[in-house]
Amino acid sequence: MSQVKQIKVNAIKNGTVIDHITAGKIRKVLDILHLEGNEVVMVGMNLFSNKIGRKDIVKIENKELSEFEVNSIALIAPEATLIIIKDFEVAKKAHLQLPEHIEDIINCPNPKCITNSEPIISKFKLTDDQTSQVRCLYCEKKYLIDEVKIKK
Amino acid sequence: MKNLISMRDLTTKEIMHLMEVAAKIENGDIVPDMQRKLAALLFFEPSTRTMFSFDTAMKRMNGDTIIMSGTKNTSAKKGESFADTLQTIAQYSDIIIMRSPIEGSARYASEVVDIPVVNAGDGANQHPTQALLDLYSIIKTQGSLENLSIGLAGDLRFGRTVHSLAQAMAMFGANFKFFSPSFLQMPQYIKDDLKNSGIKFKEYKDMDGNISDLDILYVTRIQKERFADPEDYEKVKGSYILEKSMLSDVKENFKVMHPLPRVDEINKDVDNTKFAYYFPQAKNGVFTRQAIISMLLGEV
Ligand SMILES: [Zn+2]
Repeated sequence: MSQVKQIKVNAIKNGTVIDHITAGKIRKVLDILHLEGNEVVMVGMNLFSNKIGRKDIVKIENKELSEFEVNSIALIAPEATLIIIKDFEVAKKAHLQLPEHIEDIINCPNPKCITNSEPIISKFKLTDDQTSQVRCLYCEKKYLIDEVKIKK
Repeated sequence: MKNLISMRDLTTKEIMHLMEVAAKIENGDIVPDMQRKLAALLFFEPSTRTMFSFDTAMKRMNGDTIIMSGTKNTSAKKGESFADTLQTIAQYSDIIIMRSPIEGSARYASEVVDIPVVNAGDGANQHPTQALLDLYSIIKTQGSLENLSIGLAGDLRFGRTVHSLAQAMAMFGANFKFFSPSFLQMPQYIKDDLKNSGIKFKEYKDMDGNISDLDILYVTRIQKERFADPEDYEKVKGSYILEKSMLSDVKENFKVMHPLPRVDEINKDVDNTKFAYYFPQAKNGVFTRQAIISMLLGEV
């Protein structure tokens, strides 16, 4: 409870908190969330964190993330923590995990790739050598995660 | 092996098995019978040589082929989806052999149809049967694929063939020399892959004087169109033309390979030396493709 008290001024009754987002990545995270514009959203940027130095955080009232949103956020902010709040209490807390198979989340940047000319679910895989790279299972091109466009 | 889409899907063990089958087919120890088997050759991008090689492979085994060739696919104009075209062709044939400028199209085809699919080249991505026939030619002339000294010459930047060969040979621990003009060098991502696998390579501007320790020299064409200034082309082209006079101190087992067609990057005076191997290499392509087709159709 003490944790919740500390941030009471910003506490939400029900909803989702995404914490420990590496500072600077909040914009991409907000991009992924399918926000309709009328939600209560609180954003903190460049907050001090014991764990990761500087962090961003977002709290959204009355929102549960879809699997697609969770996987997308895991891809661009794998270090983030997902907290589900129910009645001012932490109902569930989970560290995000990079999905090994990334389906229907990224658009392949290669214009000659079949996924850009046929109605195909894009499939990517993390490469073994570097965790920040993904490979398209169709055209086999490798991309840095920061280079790819997340679908909306 | 259900399909042959990418060299990435193959283990060294599977590659070696395929080499053995190709050798047995060449020696007549295995005679695959493809009577009543029909291969659909779908060439959405022209490549007469590759198409002939597959056509020959099928017919050498008493099989037959149906051929669809031309740009894009012919039904697309009538509004038929690519998936529907593939599904229809799959009703007529036993195996689909496909070439397309669209990268990943063979992988997609293999997901759409339930007969085997062979990738005969998908844009700049993969051309696994070429890589395998190259490996077969190397193993046939060198007795092994392990720890060879391989020279790759010409357009190493855009040449899909040399990329696949470098990556495939890296699985067996090769030692490379790259010969190319500076702006047609081997791309960084391939060099990174090689470094990660602990493969040694060195880059040169000139072939002459640097080939005496090689087991294989793989020559490819440099397209004049790659050069912004035609004068630059004239200046460098001589450095990447192989001539008989350069072969005086090469190794006994040395062989010159080329994916063909050649223009002038291998002088005709090399043809009648014992080092020339590009025409037998083309013949090996037929044995390799026979092996691939008969393995995919469960005939061997
Ligand atoms: Zn792709």
